[in-house]
Amino acid sequence: MELEKFSYDNKIVKAFIIATVIFGLVGMLVGLTAAIQLVYPIFNFENQYTTFGRIRPLHTNAIIFAFVGNAMFAGVYYSMQRLLKTRMYSDTLSWIHFWGWQLIIVAAAITLPLGLTTSKEYAELEWPIDIAITIIWVVFGWNMIGTIIKRRERHMYVAIWFYIATFITVAVLHLVNSVEMPVTMFKSYSWYAGVQDALVQWWYGHNAVAFFLTTPYLGMMYYFLPKAANRPVYSYRLSIIHFWSLIFLYIWAGPHHLLYTSLPDWAQSLGVVFSIMLIAPSWGGMLNGLMTLRGAWDRVREDPVLKFMVVAVTAYGMATLEGPLLSLKNVNAIAHFTDWIVAHVHVGGLGWNGFMIFAILYWVVPRMWGTTLHSRKLANVHFWLGTLGIIFYALPMYVSGVVQSLMWKEFNAEGFLVYKNFLETTVQILPLYGLRAIGGGLYLVGAILMTYNLIKTARSGDFIADEDAEAAPLAKEYVASRNAGWHHRVLEHKPVIFTVLTLIAILIGGLIEMIPTFLIKSNIPTISNVKPYTPLEVHGRDIYIREGCVNCHTQMVRPFRSETERYGEYSKAGEFVYDHPFLWGSKRTGPDLHRIGEKYSNSWHYNHMLAPDAVSTSSIMPAYPWLFEQSIDKSVTRAKINALRTVGVPYAAGYENEANADLEKQSEKISASLKADGIDVSPDAEIIALIAYLQRLGIDIKAKPTANVQE
Amino acid sequence: MYKNVLQNIDNIAIWPVISFVIFFLFFICLLWWVLTTKKAFIEEMERLPLENSIEEDNSKVNKL
Repeated sequence: MELEKFSYDNKIVKAFIIATVIFGLVGMLVGLTAAIQLVYPIFNFENQYTTFGRIRPLHTNAIIFAFVGNAMFAGVYYSMQRLLKTRMYSDTLSWIHFWGWQLIIVAAAITLPLGLTTSKEYAELEWPIDIAITIIWVVFGWNMIGTIIKRRERHMYVAIWFYIATFITVAVLHLVNSVEMPVTMFKSYSWYAGVQDALVQWWYGHNAVAFFLTTPYLGMMYYFLPKAANRPVYSYRLSIIHFWSLIFLYIWAGPHHLLYTSLPDWAQSLGVVFSIMLIAPSWGGMLNGLMTLRGAWDRVREDPVLKFMVVAVTAYGMATLEGPLLSLKNVNAIAHFTDWIVAHVHVGGLGWNGFMIFAILYWVVPRMWGTTLHSRKLANVHFWLGTLGIIFYALPMYVSGVVQSLMWKEFNAEGFLVYKNFLETTVQILPLYGLRAIGGGLYLVGAILMTYNLIKTARSGDFIADEDAEAAPLAKEYVASRNAGWHHRVLEHKPVIFTVLTLIAILIGGLIEMIPTFLIKSNIPTISNVKPYTPLEVHGRDIYIREGCVNCHTQMVRPFRSETERYGEYSKAGEFVYDHPFLWGSKRTGPDLHRIGEKYSNSWHYNHMLAPDAVSTSSIMPAYPWLFEQSIDKSVTRAKINALRTVGVPYAAGYENEANADLEKQSEKISASLKADGIDVSPDAEIIALIAYLQRLGIDIKAKPTANVQE
Repeated sequence: MYKNVLQNIDNIAIWPVISFVIFFLFFICLLWWVLTTKKAFIEEMERLPLENSIEEDNSKVNKL
């Protein structure tokens, strides 16, 4: 058959690479800032746009969606064209995808510091940006499927399967988790409440890790590792098993983020079982990657690309063993809410994603510019700085996590908590936070060296915008050879069927988890004296969300004696039925707040928010002076009540008209109580709303000691 | 507690059976697929990333 001449589009890959490097540096710098803030609170700058609560989501979003996301698109666009022997389906779609994604990132970088957030982890962006993400993601998928359809290579290599699974699953996750009721242009309430919101969120959160941070990178591993090692993957059969079992099992494991919470027990157990099963495909994949280097280990000593890849794949193996172990309930009881989890995600983030990205950049840039790497020595320095950075990051966090957890749980001989004051456990681990910042700093310095190295490399060559290639077109009528086998005839060369099967494989787990939680009312026993928040409390709750309090404070007292002693009665599912969104949190840098209501006086909260370290000596919480100057925006009370009613909070018809009157009555009361303590503050100040919310937390079931629980 | 919850669904007993069947079939099919794949096909597939036209003088870049 006659060969067709065409060219690979390197320009789009170059654009995504530049975005990767820029946003990578920015994301790491923001992360380093957050790390330093935890040691020296002064670096919160007493400015509402730069407090830890707003900076931390900026860091996670920048790293996940800007750094890892852009690198994923660079890797996919580079490898997909070559694996399918065709240019991308449409250059226009490629560029819409590129610019659309960068605009989304810029929108995130503006809105998150402004406090415009849904507070759901890794899904913080507000509803207009959610819609933009949906559109751009469809453009990406459209371009990808189009490319697959016009391919010149009959067979779809396993990397392509991973890319298809990424596209399909992220689309499903994003759509389901982002169902929200807009209040204003940049404020919405999650459609789900409490336990259901938590289940959906962690089904999303867990699988965002799986299908945004893992599957595309596995696809890239299966392409770039054989390329760099110059030998085929160790076992292609194993890669087939890796793919199908991974996508089939991963989706069930989300509830392991919610062990010992108010999530129904059966859902927690389901999450544990599937997490343990996940070890098999993950380690199959890791071994497949490492074994690909059989006979080439001598080159690992010299080639920085292979070095980075070996550490990346090893980090993947470590993180995917640690994850299932963390999801065992006994391990989770110690690790959850501590820095252990932070260490775990950074082994994955810095080790697996970061190092895989560095390896690919060092491999791809010299080729796209038709030259050789500027300095292999510098790349090796980067490798060691990065590796040391990971160690200096992870080890202190492991120690800190275990130390703090054991301190939380330590009882003395009389049966009282040894460290009754939460702050004692925080002060203990601050030196480790310092070490962590050093680790992050080393890693960032390495990335800066890489940037310099890559720029010099590009300067020394000529960019090949369109790389010429030739291949025969696919025959119109294709009869699979007997050689290929039945699965190939029915599946591997039929991308649409393949995509549908992938969708089914990932839907099964999600549906089995969610349908019962949503359909069976008795899964969340209602508690009759749990009432909707008052309008003032709603405003206070939204300030709590805006300030990102959830990044450091949980609202979930687990049923352990060490927690009920410290905080009070453990949290019940029925207490969260009006929580849109849920605010259980995932990390206790500060104490749990679910039973904070009525524990301290209004003036205590007032003084504490104004100067935390004056009230609790050596507290690392930033001050929130602007809450005392800004006024509650009463103009949106009506919209808030209406939106909450729409998502199921039973405010009486017409209540939106009386809401502000109620709000003023309650704020006058708080303001008066503060006045009695000698504090003069306007009843309209935001701090009043926040105090109202904090004083409400967890007290409903205290109202009557014999809570009427209806099964 | 979970028994009370689950008993509210009609024919709940069938759920674990369905789950088991889905699992069993899924992995049996997967194994069948993998084990019956011909070696020649596997070899063809695993060479896909390596057979790219122009660039494949790894030697040049790797030598540095």
